[in-house]
Amino acid sequence: MKLQRKSGLRALAVGAAAVSGALVLTACGSDNNSTTAAPSGGSSSTAAASGITCGPKANLLASGSTAQQNAVNVWVKNYMQACSGSEINYKGTGSGAGVTDFLNGTTAFAGSDSALKPAEITQSKKVCAGGQGIDLPMAPGPIAIGYNVPGVSNLVLDADTLAKIFNGRITHWNDPAIAKLNPSAKLPSTPIQTFHRSDASGTTDNFTKYLIGAAGTDWPYSGGKAWQAKGGQSATGSAGVAAQVKQTAGSIGYFELSYATSQSISTAQLNTGAAQPVTVSSDSASKDVAAAQVVGTGGDLALKLDYATKADGAWPITLVTYEIVCDKGNKAATLPATKAFLNYIAGTQGQGALTALGYAPLPDAIATKVRAAISSLS
Amino acid sequence: MDTIDDITGAPPPAAAPPAESAPPAVTRVGDRVFLGLSRGSGITLLVIMAAIAVFLTVRAVTAISGDHGNFLTTFQWNADATPPVFGIGVLLYGTAVSSVIAMVLAVPVAIGIALFISHYAPRRIAAPLAYLVDLLAAVPSIVYGLWGALFLVPHLQGLNLWMDHYLGWTVVLKQTYQGTASRSLFSVGILLAIMVLPVITNVSREVFRQVPRAHEEAALALGATRWEVVRMAVLPFARSGIISASMLGLGRALGETMAVATVLSNSSTITSHIVDPGGGTFAQNIAVYFGEATPFGRDALIASGLVLFVITLIVNGAARLIIARRKEYTA
Repeated sequence: MKLQRKSGLRALAVGAAAVSGALVLTACGSDNNSTTAAPSGGSSSTAAASGITCGPKANLLASGSTAQQNAVNVWVKNYMQACSGSEINYKGTGSGAGVTDFLNGTTAFAGSDSALKPAEITQSKKVCAGGQGIDLPMAPGPIAIGYNVPGVSNLVLDADTLAKIFNGRITHWNDPAIAKLNPSAKLPSTPIQTFHRSDASGTTDNFTKYLIGAAGTDWPYSGGKAWQAKGGQSATGSAGVAAQVKQTAGSIGYFELSYATSQSISTAQLNTGAAQPVTVSSDSASKDVAAAQVVGTGGDLALKLDYATKADGAWPITLVTYEIVCDKGNKAATLPATKAFLNYIAGTQGQGALTALGYAPLPDAIATKVRAAISSLS
Repeated sequence: MDTIDDITGAPPPAAAPPAESAPPAVTRVGDRVFLGLSRGSGITLLVIMAAIAVFLTVRAVTAISGDHGNFLTTFQWNADATPPVFGIGVLLYGTAVSSVIAMVLAVPVAIGIALFISHYAPRRIAAPLAYLVDLLAAVPSIVYGLWGALFLVPHLQGLNLWMDHYLGWTVVLKQTYQGTASRSLFSVGILLAIMVLPVITNVSREVFRQVPRAHEEAALALGATRWEVVRMAVLPFARSGIISASMLGLGRALGETMAVATVLSNSSTITSHIVDPGGGTFAQNIAVYFGEATPFGRDALIASGLVLFVITLIVNGAARLIIARRKEYTA
């Protein structure tokens, strides 16, 4: 009976797959359980050292954007250390899935790379009794242009050149358009290899929004979370794009600043029309957010960035991530804890932790509005 | 069965104690429980398959009816845009091409390894070698993906250039992409070949071991060399087994997700040059777009999953047909 032996083998393979799958799952899950011995202090007390005002003990579920995951992880860790007994579980499922979870009423708040769409706001009225979902900007992050060109440092680009590189109209590093922006650099004649995201992502969305807003006709494609242009190569996740740029000579790609810093990838400066070319940093991204317009109404603080900004030192490719909650009609059981946690992350302590992680703290004017919106949540 | 029961179970007329006047067909509790369990397992399988099919179909119908492109021939995948335009043209092509490359590379090597283990290698080499092949199957696919993206792809550059230079006239192997380190369907095919190797090798090896000793000895007695024994006795006997082994491997290649998503540079274009980056596969497409998809976008991805489900069913069905036909010659 050869069949029996075969099915035995298959069962073995299935078993092995299941075991390794379980291992991977537990490996991921263990991150969330970092409840280290917390300093003593009951509910609703201030842990003096961290400046965190604890809410009552509660179990908060949240999900969404992976772009803000690093920031949220640190916030959650600090909050749970200061407030023993509180449990916050943020799952980086992607913004789309996070918003869906929130609209289904399974989470206390969602993290998202983009503000709620009008249809989603209408839908949110079902979950938020007497209110609606609102966007609170929380962790803006600069998107860096990383490149790997041996022998070239301090590369300067502008919106038109960047658009032409990514749509395949500029194909070599010694193209006159690049040479004109970098008169002192020794540009090699190697071909340019562009890398973009293969998965749908808010990073791509914001990067292409910048190209559409600042490069005009040089960027003929539509925006959106999926990459639309032809040519170039793709990789999964910002980590994947950064890894490809790091290992491929002659390459250029876009990803959050933290990936460039951690892997020491050179980042391009942008000639935005300001007096000096702008370097990507937390500081320059904050300046860009400061110039943004609040387009949300009521408690909604959705921001509209000016991609063609010429303000001195403002980095124009910035991704603003939001926390999405109900303005009225949050669940009574989780509301106090949600408010306490949001108060901490929008406060000086929470925002102060962002720079070290490659994000940009909210400018004061917007942070004040966010705190006011949080205190009026009900 | 009945006749046997009748003979053995019939009580001897006189000497029987009264307790043995039970009916002749003996069924114990264990029998009934086991029958129930095994029947239940069979029914469960059918229910699960039906549930998957119904789920896929219902969600797919919603998506396909809202598609503003042709679901079968559109190249781009823009299910989250308004209006949504998406199709499986690129995915169908990419899945087929990468799987074919994988099978072309893997099947001959797998048969070679299996033959070496079962007929050529001395015992103390065969056992560790078989163990190593098993180990290949235990590596998680994301590990294959990382290895492929960070090691295999950069190291394929030389081979790509060599093929472009000497075999570029075939069009298929011509590289038009300017850069280095091409994350192409060809590199995916090589990776998939390594991943399906253990499946095909293990099953083929077991089949080669089943070849009747008498067949091989008869061939040897006729003066056949070892190669002739393999060619005339082993391979013909094992043909249907090799086919079903290959189909198992093909099933894995068609549905492989994480490794492909990590290695392939996807795009909404079809290229006849397999070493140029671009293309996509069903499973890879679902993996990269699922996280950020809107509810409608998810339905669209599920519709593509339905197509993969149907393709796998067809492949398995075809394999069974071939095996059924071959059986007449080998049995």
